Amino acid sequence: MRAADLTTALVLIAGGALVIWDSLRIGIGWGTDGPKSGFFPFWLAVLMIGACLGIIGRALTDKSGKPFVTREQLRPVLDVLWPAAACVLLMHWLGLYLASALYMGFYMRRFGHYPWLAAMSVSVIFAVSVFLIFEIWFLVPMPKGPLEAWLGY
Amino acid sequence: MGVENLLLGFQVALQPYNLGLAVIGVTLGTIIGVLPGLGGANGVAILLPLTFSMSPTSAIILLTSLYWGALFGGAITSILFNIPGEPWSVATTFDGYPLARQGRGGQALTAAFSSSFVGALFAVILITLFAPLLAEVALKFGPPEFFAIQLLTFSSFIGLGGGSPLKSLVSILLGFIMAAVGLDIVTGQLRMTFGIVDLMKGFDFIVAVIGLFGIGEILLSMEEGLAFKGASARINPRVVWETWRELPRYWRTFVRSCFIGFWMGFKPGGATPASFMSYAFAKRFSKHPERFGKGEIEGVVAPETAAHAAGGASLLPMITLGIPGSPTAAVMLGGLIIWGLQPGPMLFKEKPEFVWGLIASMYTGNVIGVAMVLAFVPLFAAILRVPFAILTPLIVAVCAVGAYSVNSRMIDVWYMLIFGVIGYVFKKLDYPLAPLVLALVLGDLAENALRQSLIMSQGSLLILFERPISGAITLVALFFFALPIITPWWRRLRGASVPTASPRET
Repeated sequence: MRAADLTTALVLIAGGALVIWDSLRIGIGWGTDGPKSGFFPFWLAVLMIGACLGIIGRALTDKSGKPFVTREQLRPVLDVLWPAAACVLLMHWLGLYLASALYMGFYMRRFGHYPWLAAMSVSVIFAVSVFLIFEIWFLVPMPKGPLEAWLGY
Repeated sequence: MGVENLLLGFQVALQPYNLGLAVIGVTLGTIIGVLPGLGGANGVAILLPLTFSMSPTSAIILLTSLYWGALFGGAITSILFNIPGEPWSVATTFDGYPLARQGRGGQALTAAFSSSFVGALFAVILITLFAPLLAEVALKFGPPEFFAIQLLTFSSFIGLGGGSPLKSLVSILLGFIMAAVGLDIVTGQLRMTFGIVDLMKGFDFIVAVIGLFGIGEILLSMEEGLAFKGASARINPRVVWETWRELPRYWRTFVRSCFIGFWMGFKPGGATPASFMSYAFAKRFSKHPERFGKGEIEGVVAPETAAHAAGGASLLPMITLGIPGSPTAAVMLGGLIIWGLQPGPMLFKEKPEFVWGLIASMYTGNVIGVAMVLAFVPLFAAILRVPFAILTPLIVAVCAVGAYSVNSRMIDVWYMLIFGVIGYVFKKLDYPLAPLVLALVLGDLAENALRQSLIMSQGSLLILFERPISGAITLVALFFFALPIITPWWRRLRGASVPTASPRET
């Protein structure tokens, strides 16, 4: 827990430093029409770094030793995350419908151990209903790929 | 002035099309409230793009109905599954789940829905009475007053939010910083884009909400191991009738909880402390405090009434001042801007049919909501019996659809995943997420208010104190900011033995 607390605070401090650097570049003082663009973010970042230092101070005295996450806890989390990331990556080429159907089918097969037929039908039903609701009914277009092009959309 | 306006509102809200939308909204909202990882804020965020083609009034009716539905849905999971869907339903589990385990789930649910209804109705009546007055006052506000109100909004997260004040502060500042990324509309300068084109349009808060609350929540519940061991709910007219006959006995609790809820909920982040405080008070004033926690109907009534009164009250600052009191209200506020409306006191003058239609729809939405959940509880509860291997990818995919449809940009779907991881880490480390989202929404407004105030005073921050209204609000805000420092000092002064009146959110 302590390590995670410290890491997060340090990452935020680094981010804050980046903000300060950029704000100094565009000016934090008084321009011709009021405060310059960097004024607000500069002070925000200064305050944030201050608060993070406080958090670090607190965390250093914390001796509870509870782990942030155990290996057994992390597994199911990663099991959701990496297929989701792969799915988003696939969306760039396959479009949203096919990619999300593949993701659902994969997840159901891999972690739910469903038979092929069940996994496929659930994911196809999902993709088709999203298509009907968004694309047809509310006219909100989704990213499409070769499959949709082949079907004429 | 109120009555004819409200009648005008009812003419709008009772149109068959809008009533139909309210039914759809409540149904979807309840489903969303029951599903893990999808709360009110998320549901509204995902559905928002679908409303772009509707009239603003119909759109806001759909979204507020969804909000009520999500509040009702949260009670179902708390009582039957011991899973609080939202932080403010935590207190409902204390007595709701024991009741359900004893086979009295039907009573607990009826009591919860009825109390929610009473609490929300109370809040809506107060909104009807006070919103026009508050809007009238707010019309006289200038930039210093608006900035002072923003200060008050965020100070109450630090002073009253519970948890670590430093971490609340970091969440707020991070939200403001993210809001500043991209084009500065005042000077036309690019900020913090570091030459990356995708950063030029900044971060969309709707995407942030979907990631932080949706994906983050799903990751958390995966870690805890999704195992829904639900008690079954048999609810029939006889159970409902008997519970209703019992409820008037708790009128004191109802009244007390209504006031606590409205008072706390008017300020941001108030629903959760309101529900705990109301529970604590109900226990203290009860003749049988020992029965609390073992399945006392009153222990369900108190937090549910307060949470819903607070949930309703959080819409008051949104419609009158343009400052949302909760993440869900923040998303709706974003919707208002997208639909081309300027949130704030002018709405009452410029778009009375919108404002009053919204207020009237709060009445209709609640009536529809309580009727629907009472009738269809088993169906809604059955959703949680869908295996996690189907629910999890379904929720992730729905979130992705929602994130993409906001701006039709693929990069938003990536942001959603990143926000999901941030949400997961922050939630585990006790960084509150609601103030981050609120800061992200209000960032530009707050910055402009501050800039204009500084221009008015030629660069002196003292302008915040020099004007009477903004001065008073700023002083209260400073008091809240200082509260975490004052409290331990005060307690030591009084001899450390006095426990705090209300258990806080942890």
